[in-house]
Amino acid sequence: MLEPFILSFKLASITVAILFLIALPLAWYLSQTRSKLKPFIEAITALPIVLPPSVLGFYILVALSQNSPIGAFFKDTFDISLVFNFTSLVIASCFYSLPFMVQPLQSGFESLNKNMINASYLAGKGKVETVFRVALPNIKPALLTAIIITFAHTVGEFGVVLMVGGSIPGETKVASVAIYEMVETMDYASAHIYSAIMILISFAVLLSVYTFNAKHKKKFGL
Amino acid sequence: MIEIKIQKELFGTRENTHLSLDINISIQKGEFVALSGASGTGKTTLLNILAGLQDADGSIKVDGEQWLEKNKSLAPQKRSIGFMFQDYALFDNMSLLENLLFVKKDQDLALRLLKMTGLEALQSRYPKTLSGGQKQRLSLCRSIMSQPKLLLLDEPLSALDPEMRTQLQEEILALHKEFGTTTIMVSHDPSEIYKLASRVLVLNKGKITQDGEPKEVLLQTKGSQKFSFRGELLELKKVDIIYLAVVAIGQQLVEIVLSYEESKDLQVGEKVAISTKAFSPTLTHI
Repeated sequence: MLEPFILSFKLASITVAILFLIALPLAWYLSQTRSKLKPFIEAITALPIVLPPSVLGFYILVALSQNSPIGAFFKDTFDISLVFNFTSLVIASCFYSLPFMVQPLQSGFESLNKNMINASYLAGKGKVETVFRVALPNIKPALLTAIIITFAHTVGEFGVVLMVGGSIPGETKVASVAIYEMVETMDYASAHIYSAIMILISFAVLLSVYTFNAKHKKKFGL
Repeated sequence: MIEIKIQKELFGTRENTHLSLDINISIQKGEFVALSGASGTGKTTLLNILAGLQDADGSIKVDGEQWLEKNKSLAPQKRSIGFMFQDYALFDNMSLLENLLFVKKDQDLALRLLKMTGLEALQSRYPKTLSGGQKQRLSLCRSIMSQPKLLLLDEPLSALDPEMRTQLQEEILALHKEFGTTTIMVSHDPSEIYKLASRVLVLNKGKITQDGEPKEVLLQTKGSQKFSFRGELLELKKVDIIYLAVVAIGQQLVEIVLSYEESKDLQVGEKVAISTKAFSPTLTHI
């Protein structure tokens, strides 16, 4: 019975881990650059927020299917299919949740005093060390927001998952899809239980974020 | 020896002011240079360029090492620079001691600097819990921590009360002498400049308009004048046949007796110079 939840959280954890690695350098670049390309990159990054999940799902499906060069390559070389399995969910989630990781990090980095970063450079520290020892520790609330919102958003996604993954038990049938199927088959009792669990978990997660942020402000005397 | 020859477009703080910074100076090793001038004339920009935080055309050469030449700029990390920023820019995630150790892992020096600036007892606190003056002192310590070749101080003592100011001025001087650092300090305070600096550069609209010893540049008396102060005329009133002028000099107000002849051209609110040749003060336009 818990399988869809476990699947949802597994998907969300992996997505957060991958997206953190992708979004950190991207958010740092966007926060520091004065390039004319910046608005274009920002717009592309933000696209998943405004696009209907079906549009995103459709193109991801097209791009990963065995008829596309990418899908064919993976099929021929590794004998892996990129659609209707867990891998495809991870790929789709990374696209779908990208802005939720990039934007809080970017605005966190942008809110930092530029001279604090400069002071680190003048202390002889390189970019990587500066990001990990000065920039990130000073935007902990933004960092936590990015991770939690990305996690929650991935747990909560439905349209993209359904289009790219379908509903294979234990493989792609995540909690949101499971609830949808229960409602479809008029199994309202199970739908209620699943939905209530979702609400409770989501509330607990958000509550912990806001509690942490309040405590963090106190500690550093903000 | 530091040779600076740079040009840079300045985007003035006032609208439509297209100024350019054009500096050509050389500074001796161990010199203490005060940089003075109105705001928006490029003082902070000059410091940023020296630190490699902003780019510019021209060249900077420090002890034979080229920090800047055509399209080639040495990274800030590789210049031996201590920079005390006007906004302190402390590392808020680190305790006071960690702020210093981040620059250089030298516990003895860090503790010595903290002790010198009266921050020793606060060493495990975080910067956000400090007062403005304490932050400024910590920022000063951090800029000295790496024992840099070139120390850049951007209005280092502006947030301090007079007592702490005097104390820190002496400490800056002591540190400057002890480490033999070449120091450039932005300051507007003549007494501070006089006390600390061996040379004053006055920057006006991106160019250096005065360059000399503090005594030559700062002393305002001319010719046979015994003393001369600048002040603002606050009030001018007629009392019987004489006129009384109230003038603010710094924080101080003085009253001066004038004849009608002396008073007729003066207007309340204008800047005036008060000087004396013998022992009768005179009030004139400046």
